[in-house]
Amino acid sequence: MKKKSLAQQILGAPYILWSALFVIVPLVIVVYYAFTDAEGAFTLANVAKLREYKEVFMISIEYSFIATVICLLVSYPFAYLMSRKKGATQRIMMMLVMLPMWMNLLIRTYSWMNILEKNGLINNFLGLFGIEPLKMIGTPGAVIFGMIYNYIPYMILPIYTVMSKIDVSVLEAAEDLGSNSFSKLRRIILPMSMPGVISGFTMVFVPSVSTFYISQKLGGKIMLIGDAIEKQIQSLYNYNLGAALSLVLMVMILICMALMKKFAGDSNDGLIM
Amino acid sequence: MKKTFCALFAVCLMMTAGMTSCGEKNITLENPSGTYSQEYAGTTLNVFNWGEYISDGSEGSFDTNAAFEALTGIKVNYMNFESNEAMYAKLKSGAVSYDIVIPSDYMIERLIKEDMVQKLDFSKIDNYKYIDDEYRDLYFDPTNEYSVPYSVGMVGLIYNTTMVEGTPDSWGIMWDAKYADNILTFNNPRDAFAIAQFLLGIDINSTDHAAWDAAAAKLKEQNAVLQARVMDEVFNKMEGENAAIAPYYAGDYLTMADNNPDLAFVYPKEGTNIFVDSLCIPKNAQNYEAALMYINFMLEPEVALANAEYICYASPNTAVIENTEYELYGNEILYPAEDAKPKTQYYHDIDVETRSYYEKLWEDILLDD
Amino acid sequence: MKKTLGNLFIALIYIILYAPLLVMVFFSFNEAKSTTVFTGFSLKWYAELFSSSDTMTALRNTLVLAVTSAVIATVIGTAAAVYMYKLRSRAWKASLDMVTNLPMMNPEIVTGVSMMLLFVFVGRLIGASNSLSFGTLLIAHVTFNLPYVILNVLPKLNQTDPHLAEAALDLGSTPMEAFFKVTLPSIMPGIVSGMIMAFTMSLDDFVISYYTTGSDFQTLPLKIFAMTKKTVKPDMYALSSVIFLTVLVLLLVVNISQIRQEKKDQGK
Repeated sequence: MKKKSLAQQILGAPYILWSALFVIVPLVIVVYYAFTDAEGAFTLANVAKLREYKEVFMISIEYSFIATVICLLVSYPFAYLMSRKKGATQRIMMMLVMLPMWMNLLIRTYSWMNILEKNGLINNFLGLFGIEPLKMIGTPGAVIFGMIYNYIPYMILPIYTVMSKIDVSVLEAAEDLGSNSFSKLRRIILPMSMPGVISGFTMVFVPSVSTFYISQKLGGKIMLIGDAIEKQIQSLYNYNLGAALSLVLMVMILICMALMKKFAGDSNDGLIM
Repeated sequence: MKKTFCALFAVCLMMTAGMTSCGEKNITLENPSGTYSQEYAGTTLNVFNWGEYISDGSEGSFDTNAAFEALTGIKVNYMNFESNEAMYAKLKSGAVSYDIVIPSDYMIERLIKEDMVQKLDFSKIDNYKYIDDEYRDLYFDPTNEYSVPYSVGMVGLIYNTTMVEGTPDSWGIMWDAKYADNILTFNNPRDAFAIAQFLLGIDINSTDHAAWDAAAAKLKEQNAVLQARVMDEVFNKMEGENAAIAPYYAGDYLTMADNNPDLAFVYPKEGTNIFVDSLCIPKNAQNYEAALMYINFMLEPEVALANAEYICYASPNTAVIENTEYELYGNEILYPAEDAKPKTQYYHDIDVETRSYYEKLWEDILLDD
Repeated sequence: MKKTLGNLFIALIYIILYAPLLVMVFFSFNEAKSTTVFTGFSLKWYAELFSSSDTMTALRNTLVLAVTSAVIATVIGTAAAVYMYKLRSRAWKASLDMVTNLPMMNPEIVTGVSMMLLFVFVGRLIGASNSLSFGTLLIAHVTFNLPYVILNVLPKLNQTDPHLAEAALDLGSTPMEAFFKVTLPSIMPGIVSGMIMAFTMSLDDFVISYYTTGSDFQTLPLKIFAMTKKTVKPDMYALSSVIFLTVLVLLLVVNISQIRQEKKDQGK
């Protein structure tokens, strides 16, 4: 037993060391800035200023939550269908999901603008049938769409990897025992795929709350919390308020994730927090 | 799966190995007046410039850095930034030492104030003689000690002639309900405020809160007719006829007009913002002498000409402006005649307090929408 | 019927995923220096691409960085996931899970700036004049890649049967053998997706890279993002198209033989 635990320590050591140096220490720097002023004296002024950003926080969380849920609703059946394909097809499909993300974010966003613009591809196409142009760019829908597009692979992949493990024979057995599709889904597939869903939820929700580039380009006039933080740091060189905002963002995300864990039940111990 | 992945990695590595610099460029330049020596050969020079802001050999143009390297034996490390503020953050941290930076006027004022750039030895910059009088002794460097002008630009109104009636001559058109949802403005507070300030006749460098409040109220009115706040997307929006009116830089208008001849440009009568991007040497530069050589090189008539043609902005270099071979020689938009010159104003480095104040106003404007 | 519906759904998702890429490939053949107005077919941006040493250097830097950081993150992250999976202490486990999520929670600019400040601080301590370099950039990339690896491997571990490894131990394998022969193969799909994600994240990062890179290592996203002072030129579209088509063709070629093989097996 002793030996095993030593081996275990060795496995964990590099990561713990790495996280302490490059995650915790920078976090301490962020906390330090959040509670000091430009001269380095302790202050709560930054945290007090957060009230002014209540609305921006709410919008950001709302949009990313919607985006994450849609991602989940689309990814789940997609991952399921993918996991039922033959081996080589699965591999190709998986790589094809990831490949678009290898292209530059800026170029992909510009291309979406070409498609969704007022005078863009979709509206030109609709115009052929005499349909009035739709307003897509500059709407909340466009921002949410941008988030979904950019993060959906991070939902599909983890769900797919756990689903590919579910044994077809288990499903067949369930069918033999008279399960219909719905109860098969509820009783077998859903619980077994839950760890993947939670990983996917984390990897989509968490980064999309703080996204800033997409909202600037597709949103036209919409400001998210990522934009606000970027502005404080970049334009105003106000690391203090920027740090405070991002600290609160972190706490809010942690709360959301805790709620999510509660919602998902205890079946998948300890994946999140 | 493993197989696929290994193959992909292998290709990545192969591409990496095969990608040595290929194709020799048009980089030869006679050693002008014998000023460039191999004295600093083998050293490196770290240059920090805007993106797409130097003639780099693409589309058959002159490869500035390669020519400098060939002439002096100095290795140029060339890195890009996308805004004055991003450049400042990196410089301020002291994390990297650059030998040359090319910020704009108000940023240079701040860098001088904060003792982040050093005086230039003008005896080594013989080609300073080419700099137009108009761009000497500018407010941010009144005694010409720290900076050498590189490129100049003015903001104007770009409009689509098929969508806009007549010739707009005032910033006021950006509030015109007739063009609702077809109007763009800048996605940064300084430039967006400046338009309202010019329109209202307020000083763009005012530190009076009430003046900023007035401009902010004007900008809030604009929300109703605005399609989007943009920066680089303006190219796509205007070229693709997704919007009718946008303020942007004169030189960039020329690029857009190449792709869409229906676009026209005007300097509004209320006045407009002018900027100068200048070469500076930061305090912590490690290759001061080579940096001076580089600055002098950038002012060489041939080099300055190539860069002016590549960037498409106005040049402060008389050897370029007066060269009849220059593609943009006498261009009315870049070099308006004396009587057609718009009223112009430079941005100054506004104190932090005022900056925070207008940034807050700006957020209110964004959220008001 | 059900199957057709399923395939239609799959096709629809792929169409959406690939729509902007088709637009990108289309405009890479543009004659004009525009990514909105198409004036005529031309290959000039491709010619441009291969004659620009600057672009090629940036591409090489990007690939070197993405491959190295993905490999390092995969090794450290997989080991960490195994460690976390076996942990008994709930509190310790919970805190490690939180630490794992942290790098994803901060807006990129906060991560970038805080890491830069850390590197500068350390640089001052050891008296280096340039505290940023390829090394610091690599550290930053590995750091933001790690959560993606761990979050892909952990669910896989939760799914494996712990008795299997124990059985191997009982049968006389060393823990090392048990891990490599039993656990590792069963979590391989998770490791691979984690590595692909890490590679992808690294390939396209510009904010964190901007703040942590030194004066001589410019990656493609940094170069492209800096172009926004003016506008992104179609040669970048051409470059992306080349990468896209290369990977696509490779993917199909490598897998097509396997598909054939499977079809044959099925036919029997």
